[in-house]
Amino acid sequence: MLNYVLRRIGYGIFVVLGVLLLLFILFFAVTTPEDVARKALGERVPVAVIEQWKVNHGYDKPLLPGPGAWRDNMLVEHYRRMLTFDFGRSDADDVPISERIKSGIGPSLALTLPLFILSLVVALPLSLLVAFFRETYIDRTGVVLAVLAMSVSILLYIIGAQYIIGRVLHWFPISGFDADPRVILRFLALPILVGLCAGIGGDLRFYRTVFLEESNTDYVRTARAKGCGEARIMSRHVFRNSLIPLLTRVVLAIPFLFMGSLLLESFFGIPGLGAITVDAIQGNDFSVLRTMVYIGSLLFVGGQILTDLSYGLVDPRVRLE
Amino acid sequence: MADWVWSNVVVALLLMGTGGVVFYARRSRMWTETFSDLWRRRRFAVLVIGFYVLVALLDSVAWVGGMDQGEDTVARYEAQSILDRLFAGSQERSYSAPFADVEFYGGAPLTHPGAHILGTDLIGRDVLYLSLKGARVALLIGGLTSLLAIPLALLFGISAGYFGGRIDDVVFFVMSTLASMPGLLLLIALIMVLGKSTVAVCFALAITGWVGFCRVVRGETFKLRELEYVSAARALGVSEFGIIVRHILPNLMHLVIITFVLMFSGLVLSEAILSWLGIGVDGSWGQMIDQARNELSRDPIVWWNIVSAGLALFGLILAVNFVGDALRDTLDPRTLRETE
Repeated sequence: MLNYVLRRIGYGIFVVLGVLLLLFILFFAVTTPEDVARKALGERVPVAVIEQWKVNHGYDKPLLPGPGAWRDNMLVEHYRRMLTFDFGRSDADDVPISERIKSGIGPSLALTLPLFILSLVVALPLSLLVAFFRETYIDRTGVVLAVLAMSVSILLYIIGAQYIIGRVLHWFPISGFDADPRVILRFLALPILVGLCAGIGGDLRFYRTVFLEESNTDYVRTARAKGCGEARIMSRHVFRNSLIPLLTRVVLAIPFLFMGSLLLESFFGIPGLGAITVDAIQGNDFSVLRTMVYIGSLLFVGGQILTDLSYGLVDPRVRLE
Repeated sequence: MADWVWSNVVVALLLMGTGGVVFYARRSRMWTETFSDLWRRRRFAVLVIGFYVLVALLDSVAWVGGMDQGEDTVARYEAQSILDRLFAGSQERSYSAPFADVEFYGGAPLTHPGAHILGTDLIGRDVLYLSLKGARVALLIGGLTSLLAIPLALLFGISAGYFGGRIDDVVFFVMSTLASMPGLLLLIALIMVLGKSTVAVCFALAITGWVGFCRVVRGETFKLRELEYVSAARALGVSEFGIIVRHILPNLMHLVIITFVLMFSGLVLSEAILSWLGIGVDGSWGQMIDQARNELSRDPIVWWNIVSAGLALFGLILAVNFVGDALRDTLDPRTLRETE
């Protein structure tokens, strides 16, 4: 068990190092610090100013290890900084990136955590219900509705909700955020509703497939043959045995709650990590963007290890070796 | 030769390629039965997709000249597609509601004779025309990306699954590395680095999109390699390459078709998000939606732009999703469920 955990973590570290290499290629080799400086300062700037900017941001070293710079170069520097979580300052406005991330996690979680729990609470019972009434009109209607909901672009959900609920009906503010717990719900209601609508189609279809697959197994037929009630079969046999494929999807989603939601946050004016990322994209702020990609992959790798370990907890047949 | 000649050559080559594929597929009972089944169950969705393809073709065949009526002088030197020619002279000056013959322009209302079924946009372009033009962009995004991603996934997936060992280790490592980066962020980073052309967007979508399919191909090849007929072929002295081409690849084709269809809708929807971030493809429905976003707060409200683009996008995605579901039900009862 311990051996397995250690090996799994070792491979995870290997993958993170690979991600960092790819980030280096994208953000240092393909887009050189020179390009970044020109994007931040403008095209017509004296070379001296560019050099000074590179010194200020720590981009003034040779790119790759070479004679005279085996340890003091951008590649080593990039790895050292990322692995010690010293993200430096933003290319665009010199604010420390770690400060920004700290300020963004709270609002992001305030949006994604309720959204995550609500979508589980809505989608799981619904898909159990649809699987319970399989091959009937309820099932077919459910699937068609799920495909319909999946086929609408999330942009349209957002714009439609903001227009109809926010502007015409005036139920909730169109956008904005306030950390005060008494009013926070007013601002979060609309983005959560939109996120729920946009995600429920895919969720419903996935869970339904998992449940249906499980209810075609032999032991379910046996349970039915010995006279077990259909509701009991669904809850005691099918649901509990479907937990493995469900876990993969659910546990893997948890790390990404910290990343917030790119679209929802920036459309609804929630100052979370997603909105910070969108600002970075629109302001050509490569340092923030690459930090976000790095943090995202760290979370993903961690989540994957957690998922693998949780299999052992849910299913005694799974031996982690 | 001029660019427009080449684009017509590409269209002709694509049509011939499709014809060749259909010709070969007709000889296989599995494919003829699959498609007759699809036609029976999802006739409407197939027809809808056919309509989009037809519109895209009409917008792809283009040539210079023959347009010298009216004041439109640029048109004489730029290649105009059949669709452009059908809508020639539909330009107004500014917004005009569907079916209206008045437009918002200056202080006084300005009347125009042209009846625009879906109205016109800010600079007076016919919205029906723009919505139809989006079909070509959407099919280009889905098609070009799949053309890049699927061969890549097949190449790496088959070599990893068939040869195993070191090759498998390397491919698996590359896959886990790419899969562990947040998809949308990697996509955006790639486009920011590569530039904003159509090809760059498709390339970035392919880089982020091939991993899922590669994993499926790898697993499937792993299973196929152990089957009796592959062992028999090996015992008879068929080369590794021969085994892959004759015995492995044909047994993966159903996965290719399903993945192509299922991937397609995801790609077009991703492009809409990219358009909103300002890094999408010119002329796409996503861009129309993005540009029309603020028009909802105009008074009188301009709703026809966003509604037309949204419906055009929704129609294509819905039809593709229905066809994809039906294809998966017929061709593949299990494999792709896990990667949904």
